[in-house]
Amino acid sequence: MCENKFAEEKFRELDGFIEKVGASEGNLIEILHKAQDLFGYLPKEVQLYVSRSLGISAAKVNGVVTFYSYFTEIPKGKHVISVCMGTACFVRGASDILVALEKKLGIKTGQTTKDGKFTIDSLRCVGACGLAPVVIADGKVHGRVEVDDLDNILVELESGVR
Amino acid sequence: MSTKKQLRIALKNCGVIDPENIEEYIARDGYMAIANILTEMTPEDVIEELKKSGLRGRGGGGFPTGLKLEFARKNKGKKKYIICNADEGDPGAFMDRSILEGDPHSILEAMVICGYAVGAGNGYIYIRAEYPLAIERLKIAIKQAYKYGLLGKNILGSGFSFDIELKYGAGAFVCGEETALINSIEGNRGEPHFKPPYPAEKGLWDMPTTVNNVETLANVPAIFNMGAEKFASIGTKTSKGTKVFALAGNVNNVGLVEVPMGTTLREIVFDIGGGITGGKGFKAVQTGGPSGGCIPVQFLDVPIDYESLREIGSMMGSGGMIIMDEDTCMVDIAKYYLEFTTDESCGKCTACRIGNKRLFEMLEKITEGKGTEEDLVKLKELGEIIKDTSLCGLGQSAPNPVLSTMKYFYNEYEAHVRDKICPAGICSSLTKFEINKDKCIGCTLCAKACPAACISGKVREPHEIDQDKCIKCGACYKACKFDAITKS
Repeated sequence: MCENKFAEEKFRELDGFIEKVGASEGNLIEILHKAQDLFGYLPKEVQLYVSRSLGISAAKVNGVVTFYSYFTEIPKGKHVISVCMGTACFVRGASDILVALEKKLGIKTGQTTKDGKFTIDSLRCVGACGLAPVVIADGKVHGRVEVDDLDNILVELESGVR
Repeated sequence: MSTKKQLRIALKNCGVIDPENIEEYIARDGYMAIANILTEMTPEDVIEELKKSGLRGRGGGGFPTGLKLEFARKNKGKKKYIICNADEGDPGAFMDRSILEGDPHSILEAMVICGYAVGAGNGYIYIRAEYPLAIERLKIAIKQAYKYGLLGKNILGSGFSFDIELKYGAGAFVCGEETALINSIEGNRGEPHFKPPYPAEKGLWDMPTTVNNVETLANVPAIFNMGAEKFASIGTKTSKGTKVFALAGNVNNVGLVEVPMGTTLREIVFDIGGGITGGKGFKAVQTGGPSGGCIPVQFLDVPIDYESLREIGSMMGSGGMIIMDEDTCMVDIAKYYLEFTTDESCGKCTACRIGNKRLFEMLEKITEGKGTEEDLVKLKELGEIIKDTSLCGLGQSAPNPVLSTMKYFYNEYEAHVRDKICPAGICSSLTKFEINKDKCIGCTLCAKACPAACISGKVREPHEIDQDKCIKCGACYKACKFDAITKS
């Protein structure tokens, strides 16, 4: 019940946003960005809601959601750790870091740990090539990361100290 | 980073002015070009001046900017649009981000100039959602420009009106392609379509549209301030002005460099970049991102411009420049790029969707030591077919990393398939770790580091690796302090 009420509030906020930018097809991507910000991901109900609000088919909305890698239909963990796999990071050993992280958490890239705590993501170049290899943990950029630094990053995330 | 040999035109304000303060931009001749143009020049004059400057698209294609504007001006439409392509997707390139963050007003001014030249009243900046700071700075800049009457209705009392809006990408590399980008702004899947019709004819909402890259636009106000002739005096015969490169990888000084066209790779890598990290040997430089190629040592002295890079099997691209040292495996690099393009292929045309997947699988096979010489023949043949038959620039250039590494580092491919070795020791399936008995003092560090517990030996006696159990993780190699472990 409490959760439903929470969701209702989010839908109301989404309505407000759609009204502000205009309920046109051209604003679909912007609206989906907002929806993902609000809900954390884009479940079917949200996609349907957006399609009805804009008067376009749900297939069209789903087509857009699945096309762009920024949008996700699966909820992510509490903490998201992204390893940049741009060329500069790759040349400086980003794949070793990704493999080590997968081993540490026991999940593959794109997956979330069973306890819902961590999600591993790989990114396409964040433009911080001077700091390669780069790991982004909950939005905080860690530069020149080595495999040995991963434990500290995970501890930092869990303790909430940033 | 050495400033010698560098010349800053596109980056001239980056790091010099406060990007959140319009007055600082104005103090450095900002908005002077648009003020002069609106009071003294006709749109045709503007196009003529840009043609004279020889400015070409810095996003990779190298199409003459003046001509692009002229086409859009001549085509008729109820509305016309100017788009700034800030969907900087090439991994390893970050000049557009730096310009947007460090000098956002130069992009706004350039868009107004382009709008005046083609007769467009609306502009869009299509920017990646991955660049939050650039988005923030642009929002501030746009707000200030409206406040100062440099955007909006009746700019500087000239009667010309121009509006700019931001549009966000959502993580799709192919959206850097102009027709895909336009689809994305319209709220669709970012799939490209066949050209012609070009955007200059039928672009955004089927209206004449000009799409320009960020760095191209950053040059526009500078050209009017310094004069087209002076700009055209910089560079080579076919490529004028400067180019910003993003130096990264195994090089001592990483970061952005802006050099006149015609500078050699050696000057960039060694004089400006300070050479290779760790005193290692230079192997190759990769330009043009996933669409480009790897350039080997024998071309270090080629003066760089659009044509020369194409001749040696690479391309200018957006200016990413990844330096690779002797420890880089070229087959692995080709595989890396193919993985990228396979992942980012939009799936619309068969050649790119399936062809690149097959290329990737073959490379995977080769790096696992299961490749045959026949695979090498197939790799080349398929690569060429994909180049010839793909719909858009992504597919047409996706095989470039494979074809260029095959051209210049064929011996490495041969070593992988014939001798089943990876000369650089990168491909783990083909790597073998061994302990040199003469150097090993039996400190047991390697055995402690080994996650597979496959290193045995008594304290103070040479150790041994059980090759059947070894998972080739390299932990022992990193742990050894006596260089006793060899990687082959």
